[in-house]
Amino acid sequence: MRPRRLRVFAARYGQPLLTLAAMGAVWHLATAVFAVPAWLLPSPRAVGEALYGFRQLLPQHLWVTLVETVAGFLLSILVGVPLAILIVWSPVLQRSIYPIILAAQSIPKVALAPLFLVWIGYGMSSKILVVVSVAFFPIVVDTVTGLTAVEPDLLDMVRVLRASTLQTFVKIRLPASLPYFFSGTKVAVTLAVIGSVIGEFVGADRGLGYLIQVSGSQLRTDLVFGVLAILSLMGMVLFVVVEWLQRLLCPWSVGH
Amino acid sequence: MIHLQHVDLIYSSTDGTDVHALEGIDLQVAENEFLVIVGPSGCGKSTLLKLIVGLLRPTRGAVMYRGRAVEDTIQEVGMVYQSPVLLPWRSVLNNVLLPIEILRRDAKVYAEEAAKLLEMAGLAAFAHKTPRELSGGMQQRVALCRALITDPPLLLMDEPFAALDALTRDEMGQELLRLWEEHRKTVVFVTHSIPEAVLLGDRVVVMSPRPGRIVRDIPIDLPRPRTTPKQLGPAYTEYVEGIREIIYSFKRERDAAPAA
Repeated sequence: MRPRRLRVFAARYGQPLLTLAAMGAVWHLATAVFAVPAWLLPSPRAVGEALYGFRQLLPQHLWVTLVETVAGFLLSILVGVPLAILIVWSPVLQRSIYPIILAAQSIPKVALAPLFLVWIGYGMSSKILVVVSVAFFPIVVDTVTGLTAVEPDLLDMVRVLRASTLQTFVKIRLPASLPYFFSGTKVAVTLAVIGSVIGEFVGADRGLGYLIQVSGSQLRTDLVFGVLAILSLMGMVLFVVVEWLQRLLCPWSVGH
Repeated sequence: MIHLQHVDLIYSSTDGTDVHALEGIDLQVAENEFLVIVGPSGCGKSTLLKLIVGLLRPTRGAVMYRGRAVEDTIQEVGMVYQSPVLLPWRSVLNNVLLPIEILRRDAKVYAEEAAKLLEMAGLAAFAHKTPRELSGGMQQRVALCRALITDPPLLLMDEPFAALDALTRDEMGQELLRLWEEHRKTVVFVTHSIPEAVLLGDRVVVMSPRPGRIVRDIPIDLPRPRTTPKQLGPAYTEYVEGIREIIYSFKRERDAAPAA
């Protein structure tokens, strides 16, 4: 890293990183000074050691959860975007299906997980379905908003030129909806991680969520904390990837 | 060129009540005339433009364009709005070419024309920038270039300079006049600004608040080419004051009316 880039990095991330380090120090001191038992609150060092001790098994669990999360997330886009387009395209669907989708958002998706388990079994697919059930809504709702949020004057202008519905869609509505699609996607990717963990909580024999549950039941609190850290890291990386894609695909929507 | 005969427009609003947007509009606009419409907010000025261009049908009466009833939209028209409504993902040049694409004409043929228009608008150096990189006044110039790319005989402008600061606004008005002197077109221009109306128009039509009616049709007999109010002298000021008086008289009437 060149000095200039280092300075930029320090200016952007220096303070939160320092705050994080300070919190870690307080945590460490608290566990040492008050002699908190490790099953209640392990020291950061103990968490690190637990993760290190588990290094052989961690990657396969991480992989499982990552695949469930990403597959469910991609499936949500694959289903959500065409559905959003159909809803905007057809007034009938807009009146018949869209209100149901909006209402269905209020279903607590955690409660669906046991159902999926019953319906399609113990494997990865039931977790992927839980992910879809949480990640799908923000994508549909935000894409619909984006597709309809075009300025009326602009639509009037192309209507005067007798633009076809397809032209209006391809040249105006679709690109105009991209920033909305991405803001929905960023919410969805965060929810997707939660979805896969919930799915594993309800019934699984691998994955990070499964690992948390098993470690918790054995009072391996150090491992619970460790896996939690890995999960948040995974969520952050996925978020950054989506944001990078947004910069790549619609740079005009990113702050300048 | 445009002829509106006894036009009424009534909207049915969502709560079931009828809104009389326009009432008994009789209006003729001649070829190459610069017509300005002024009136208070909500007097149906924008509705009137939508009627002319065929986006709305009159409830009663007829709208004629070059001797024929307007049935579909009239394609040969340039539209400019208060907001430039440019596409932020397209370059300035490709924004100007949007109407060409929609009309499925050859964009390559028109690229040269677009470059010429941008040059005239002083934007040649910005052809490959995105709209975000331009100031509000420059964006509005791009919108004007986009409206002119098909070289339409008719230009409809709905408060095109209302969102600009006063200095840019004056400058844009003068540029529009210069452009219009070079390439005569029929212009229907809607504005809130009385000085702008008098400076630009061959005729100023004053509308009343809802239901929108034409209460006065004033020919502006000032020499052209016009540049600044100063050049036009006291006659200009008289027109401005006269129109202001008409508009204030509505206000007084409304304020005098007992509250419902």
